[in-house]
Amino acid sequence: MGILEVQNVNKRFGGLQALDDVNLNVEENTVHAIIGPNGAGKSTLLNCFVGRLTPDTGTVMFNGQSLIGRKPHEINQMGVSRVFQTPEIFSDLTILENVLIPSFAKRDGAFKLSPFAAVKAESAVRDHAEDMLGQVGMLEKRNMIASAMSRGDKRRLEMAMCLAQDPKLLLLDEPTAGMARADTNATIDLLKQIADTRPITFVVIEHDMHVVFSLADRISVLAQGHVIVEDHPQNIKGNPKVREAYLGDAHE
Amino acid sequence: MFGSKFSDRTTLTLFIIVVALVPLLAAPLGAGYPALMQFFAIFGIFAIGFNILFGLTGYLSFGHAAFLGMGSYSAVWMFKLLSMNVIPALILSVLIAGVFALVIGFISLRRSGIYFSILTLAFAQMSYKLAYSVLTPITNGETGLQLALDDPRILDGARESGQLPSPTLFGLDMNATNNITLFGLDVQLNVGYFFSAAFLVLAFWIAMRIFRSPFGLMLKAVKTNQNRLNYTGVNTRPYTLAAFVISGMYAGLAGGLLACMDPLAGAERMVWTASGEVVLMTILGGAGTLLGPVIGASVIKFAEAKLSKFNEVIVHGWFDFLPEGLANGLTWVVAKFVGDGWHLTLGLVFMLVVTFLPGGLVEGARRIGNFLGRRGQKDDLEQLGSNVQGGKTTAAE
Repeated sequence: MGILEVQNVNKRFGGLQALDDVNLNVEENTVHAIIGPNGAGKSTLLNCFVGRLTPDTGTVMFNGQSLIGRKPHEINQMGVSRVFQTPEIFSDLTILENVLIPSFAKRDGAFKLSPFAAVKAESAVRDHAEDMLGQVGMLEKRNMIASAMSRGDKRRLEMAMCLAQDPKLLLLDEPTAGMARADTNATIDLLKQIADTRPITFVVIEHDMHVVFSLADRISVLAQGHVIVEDHPQNIKGNPKVREAYLGDAHE
Repeated sequence: MFGSKFSDRTTLTLFIIVVALVPLLAAPLGAGYPALMQFFAIFGIFAIGFNILFGLTGYLSFGHAAFLGMGSYSAVWMFKLLSMNVIPALILSVLIAGVFALVIGFISLRRSGIYFSILTLAFAQMSYKLAYSVLTPITNGETGLQLALDDPRILDGARESGQLPSPTLFGLDMNATNNITLFGLDVQLNVGYFFSAAFLVLAFWIAMRIFRSPFGLMLKAVKTNQNRLNYTGVNTRPYTLAAFVISGMYAGLAGGLLACMDPLAGAERMVWTASGEVVLMTILGGAGTLLGPVIGASVIKFAEAKLSKFNEVIVHGWFDFLPEGLANGLTWVVAKFVGDGWHLTLGLVFMLVVTFLPGGLVEGARRIGNFLGRRGQKDDLEQLGSNVQGGKTTAAE
């Protein structure tokens, strides 16, 4: 049984069948990549996992519990974190504060009224946050305002924020989009290192095949809202269906 | 914020000293009379509370005067029914405002941005209109809620004749004023002011704790990226509601204190311009900063008291040394900005501050401080760098 099981998920926007009977089984502690041409429904699928969208029909089970109808914060508290396509961070706050927030959310749950506690006095939470910043190599920048950072740094910060929650499942929406090759390779190394050192499952949406084939244990190919192939990376490259999905798109 | 230079304890100590010295400091400005000083403290509390909602979460309420009015009505009812002691009156003010804030906040916070502002404005205007119409038995309509000799006052007993009683703190009359002469100045030590000032210090201290708490950090996170916060496992609704209720209770306390200083309550306290005033105070002083709202409230109340007293005759007096025609012309222009037209001045100042000092007067003070500090350490480049970074770090606080 996989950590994330998606069965017969359909989602329609007006006349567009965005997701057409999607089935997906993500094994625990693996890196599962979802690839496919533009408009294939990859982001829609991800949105169904985190509570932003509700599928019209079908089931999404995480660790044996249904995610359908749950709010984003509830799903997150179950152990599902997400890195967005454009980094979603707290731009007005310092880098350390950015990581303190998920650290508190991990410890205190969805809501805790503690107006008289002092952030300064919470040394355990602070150490945890600084540890996370150290893991992505940003500790020395901790007092910078987040909005002043480069895009690559914002992505690394968002990664640290997600890791601070110690998620069981981390969803990555194009983690290297718009990155230079050197940054992309650094991100691949970072993700590999995380995958090796933690009990964590990744679901990665990615366009960059270099990233996909460096990381993925298993790949699902999505085209027109439907999973056309799910297989090991070495079998994907030569698969005629995959070639058709990509090249057929290009010929239109 | 000054927090970059001083520790919180130092800031609080300085704050207490300044608040205690207001009767002396305000005397040379002609602002050392009880009614105005009480306004400094009470509207300071109102603005500090408003800032906990607006400054931290970014939710702009346009109806906070409703809670101020409810606080005043509650306090006066307590004076009428129970006792002239201010303590039960203030407790009821805070509770009633808190309960109404819970209900209004619960509904209004389902929306954000402009829709939230409109909803709070609608609730406040509704309260205002209701106070004039259906609720007249409670609010006494246009006349306003006042004390009467034959009020029951269960604890004190009704008075047969004589003067109306005034609010007291266990026998200490709120209106009692001790006039002393200090450094050749006539200093008025008013019980009501020091009583309100004690609450101002308490309000400031609580706000400071909230700013530095994990709870406050979550509120700041709501302001900068509520979406991310939801995907970080945080349920933002109870956080914003808690901030709304806390700031509503601050407003209730301020309203209650207004009634303690002068035991009457009128619906005009809830009108929408009163709600707008606290927005101005907070932004003028510096939204999201600790001291800003207090400074903004004092500046506006001071300007209101001073500018609205000037008239054409006084203004003409300033220009007497000029040729007659020029003096008349200047008087004609300047007189538009004083007296009843003092809001024109306020509007101009507000425009200038928002345009050139988005962080409010506090940011202005910090810029001056940085400028002076930089000149002092011209050679020490490294220190300059850390100063700049320090400024950046605290800019968002």
